[in-house]
Amino acid sequence: MLESLKRARVNTQVQTHHHGHDVGERLYLHRHSIVHETASYLKVIAAITFILVAVSTPITNWQAFIGYFIWVLTVAAIAKIPFTLLFKRALIEIPFIFFAILMPFFGSGERFVAGPFNLYREGLLAGAGIVVKGTFGVLTAIILSTSTTAREILRGLERLRLPALMVQIASFMLRYVNVVNDEMERMKVARDSRGFEATGIKHWKVIATAAGALFIRSYERGERVHLSMLSRGYEGVLPHDEVEKSKASDWLMVLIYPLVALVILLITTLIGN
Amino acid sequence: MHIPDGFIDVPTSAAFVGLSAVGIGAALKGARTQLDDKTAPLAGLTAVFIFAVQMLNFPVVAGTSGHLIGAALAAVLVGPWAATLALTVVLLMQAFLFADGGLTALGLSVFNMSIISVWVGYGTFLLIRKILPKNKSSIAIAASIAAAVSVPAAAFGFWVQYVIGATGTFSDSAVFTSMIGVHILIGIGEAIITGLTVTAVLASRSDLVFGWKNNKNKEVLEIKNV
Repeated sequence: MLESLKRARVNTQVQTHHHGHDVGERLYLHRHSIVHETASYLKVIAAITFILVAVSTPITNWQAFIGYFIWVLTVAAIAKIPFTLLFKRALIEIPFIFFAILMPFFGSGERFVAGPFNLYREGLLAGAGIVVKGTFGVLTAIILSTSTTAREILRGLERLRLPALMVQIASFMLRYVNVVNDEMERMKVARDSRGFEATGIKHWKVIATAAGALFIRSYERGERVHLSMLSRGYEGVLPHDEVEKSKASDWLMVLIYPLVALVILLITTLIGN
Repeated sequence: MHIPDGFIDVPTSAAFVGLSAVGIGAALKGARTQLDDKTAPLAGLTAVFIFAVQMLNFPVVAGTSGHLIGAALAAVLVGPWAATLALTVVLLMQAFLFADGGLTALGLSVFNMSIISVWVGYGTFLLIRKILPKNKSSIAIAASIAAAVSVPAAAFGFWVQYVIGATGTFSDSAVFTSMIGVHILIGIGEAIITGLTVTAVLASRSDLVFGWKNNKNKEVLEIKNV
């Protein structure tokens, strides 16, 4: 009971709070699971290798994709991520699905009739491949960002040798994205309360002026942040935390994610032949 | 909306990770000489600005709306080096946090938007600025044209990647016509918004606009050790 109440609360937080919350916090779903507790750089490696295995699988090997799908859902379940949340966030790939849906209708080569449609076999396979593989990429990225805070992901990327300056830029972005978003929201409230309603191109000037104002405010904030950093003794490098060394068992645990996919691929390829 | 995983094959994606890494390496160096230790906070806040401004909706017709991409805008406002870094960070965060754009396709997107779009945009801006008289409205016009060119330039980058490593079956010429065609239209919108935004910034804080400063007034606020 308590658990379900808690889940309901977290869900509404994830879905309704668009402003005033840390971007990372908004996407991150706090749970206690093996997936949550694994070092973030290992998770990034696992996610990327898994996607590489999935995109390298020929689409005609459909058994493998069913296996991957079950495996992804299993990992999501282990990470205690509700499937509804997983699929809701996966809707981001819809534009590309439209692109892929057109593919069977245009092309060349072998054709076949499916109901009222006359489709190209090659195009159908390619379109299906794009949707299916894209979906695995999206689901994996969602599991990663739901089980890892934005700051942790960034720390993981840092450990994977993302240049220090890029890490700093990204951490400034994370730190101030809500502040600037709120500023943008306040400007919108100000516009709305003056009776402004954007309906067409004739209103672009007003919105662009707001964008300009937003730039000035962001830039000035950047300057203030820089000065306050200087006054605290900043010399171009941020202080570093000690990095924990990962044990072999950590590696093994996280590499299970792509390894299972690889095993599925091997088995289905062997059976397929 | 960015390139998803599996849309372009793995070898091509990997090659563009390498190309993007070289471009970003150059941008890191360039930004450090241009901005010194201001790089991180200013490029960071530029990234926030780009991220936020991409959520600002511009209504087109009957319920449809578009948003700014911001590559040329960022290049004109903060210079091409910082713009490259800011856009790259935005793409990284969109892929890792929002699953927008495939993780294995990041090299492709970064190359198209943070490198091609920014630099083609900035090059166009410099060229037009040279031709036009030296006043503020010329800067806005040059920024507009830069934006108009920068969008199809990114689409062109995508097309090159498609030709090299497509997994789809649309013919190269069909993708060229549709991608470039659509992005020329998007570029027109981008041009208008970019021009208006640059005009707005020039009106109140022209000193912030990198493309306007002409490197004449190099007054830097600094704190000295005493």
